[in-house]
Parts: sequence; structure tokens; C-alpha cells
Amino acid sequence: MSDPAITLYRLQACPFCERVVRKLHEYDLQYRSRFVEPMHSDRDIVKRQSGVRTVPVIVDENTGVTMAESANIVEYLDATYGEHGVDAAAADATVAGEGS
Amino acid sequence: MDLGFDVVDLEEPAHPEEGDTAPDFTRPLVNDEYWEDVALSELTDDGPVALVFHPMDGAFPATYIWNELRDRDIDAYDVTVVGLSISSPYGHKTLIEERDLEDRDVRFFSDPANGVAAEYGIVNDLDGMTGISEPRPATFVIDEERTVEYAWAADQWPDFPDYDEFEAAVERVSE
Repeated sequence: MSDPAITLYRLQACPFCERVVRKLHEYDLQYRSRFVEPMHSDRDIVKRQSGVRTVPVIVDENTGVTMAESANIVEYLDATYGEHGVDAAAADATVAGEGS
Repeated sequence: MDLGFDVVDLEEPAHPEEGDTAPDFTRPLVNDEYWEDVALSELTDDGPVALVFHPMDGAFPATYIWNELRDRDIDAYDVTVVGLSISSPYGHKTLIEERDLEDRDVRFFSDPANGVAAEYGIVNDLDGMTGISEPRPATFVIDEERTVEYAWAADQWPDFPDYDEFEAAVERVSE
């Protein structure tokens, strides 16, 4: 299995997470899902990654971005991978360059 | 086990034997913090794997098996130790906590539809639990090429792994 550049920390059935998933699908982005605990206090992995215990959190190795809050993430994905995404071309190049 | 009466014999298992290639599969793999889809072949790419099929989390055999393997420090060998049952990822989180495996290098595949057991020829249909089947207890040691180095599956119900044999096989591949 390939190792996707994008990791999504998510909670099963969390609408904010599904919002991000819809956007990832829209831009046909490969991503890895990591499901965490319903209890905030048990989400140390998310805290270590992003500084907060809320999900969704996205980690994008294409750009080095780690981000929380679904509205911010959607905005980021639009800006990065959308039609007018400034970084889309650069990100594609990164993906193509295996092992970078 | 010597109980003074006959326990239930299971049909002859048809699992992969030593020298066979272990069937690959992808399932959610649960650690103490999260779960994500992982393929067996991803694990074997990193080194040998000890794969333990066990009854559903909460059943006493699951408890006994993981207490024993924990107490033997099976994860201290240079192998990846993974369990597999039909329990949900939430069930596995509880198992990890209750069996005191949080700081251990042990993770659990979740396979509620029991498809992996079907691939491995070790399905155990549970009498009195209509619609539920699970893997029969089984242990495999699998090398980096995904070749089976050691295989054992229960031929009675209930039955428990031969821990000494299993640990010896784990020790052999980790050398």
C-alpha cells in the first residue's frame, strides 16, 4: 500500500470530520485515516500532533501543514488543491517525486 | 487440558502451514491511541510478525491468552506482535487497557466480519450465537517474505495456544 502524504485524525461519525473527508474526495486526494477516542482526554496523539484535542486534524506532508478546525481545513484544502490553489502544482510535483 | 470428559472437536483446520505464504489482508489496526487501516504485508515489510487469532475481547480465553503473552514479554522479541479478533476497535481499546498493554508493543486487528479467519481457514461458528462466527484460536509466526514459519490452530473448542512452542518460534525468527 502506498503511504499517503495526508493524514486525517478523525472521530467516527463526527460531522466536522466528514466535512473534511468530503473535501478530500472532491479533490481526489489520497489520505490515511486515523480514528481516535470519543473522550477528549484520551486523545494524546492529536494533542501531540496539533496542540489541541479536537478533531478533525489534518497533517499534510506535501506542505508541512498541521491544522485543526474543519472550517480552516476546508479553506486550506481549497486554497492548496482547489482550482485556484497556489500550491497545487507544487504539491503534485512533490507527490510525483517519490521519496521526497 | 484434562477435564475428565471430551471437549468439542473442531473440523480439521485448513490453515496455511510452515512454508506457505500467509494470506495478506488489510484491516483497522488498533493501538492504545488510534486505529488505521494497515496491511499485514506492511508489517512484514518491517520484519517478522507474530499473529494471534483469539476469541472476542471480553471472553475469558482472550483475557487468558493476552495475560500469558504479556507476562512472557512476547513483545520484547524483535517481532511485531499483533492480535486479531472480531471485536470492534472500541473493544480492542478496552482490551488494551484492561490487559495492561498500553505501554507494550502489541496492536490488534479488528475484523467483525471474520473475513480474515475465512482466508486463513480457521472459521469457528459459535453455537448459540446465531450469525456470529470468529476465528478459532490460532497462532502464526510469519517472516519478512510473508512465509509462515510456525502455524498452530485449535482443533478443539475451547483450546489454548502452545505458548512455549509459539514463543520458541518467535525467538527463532527474531534472532
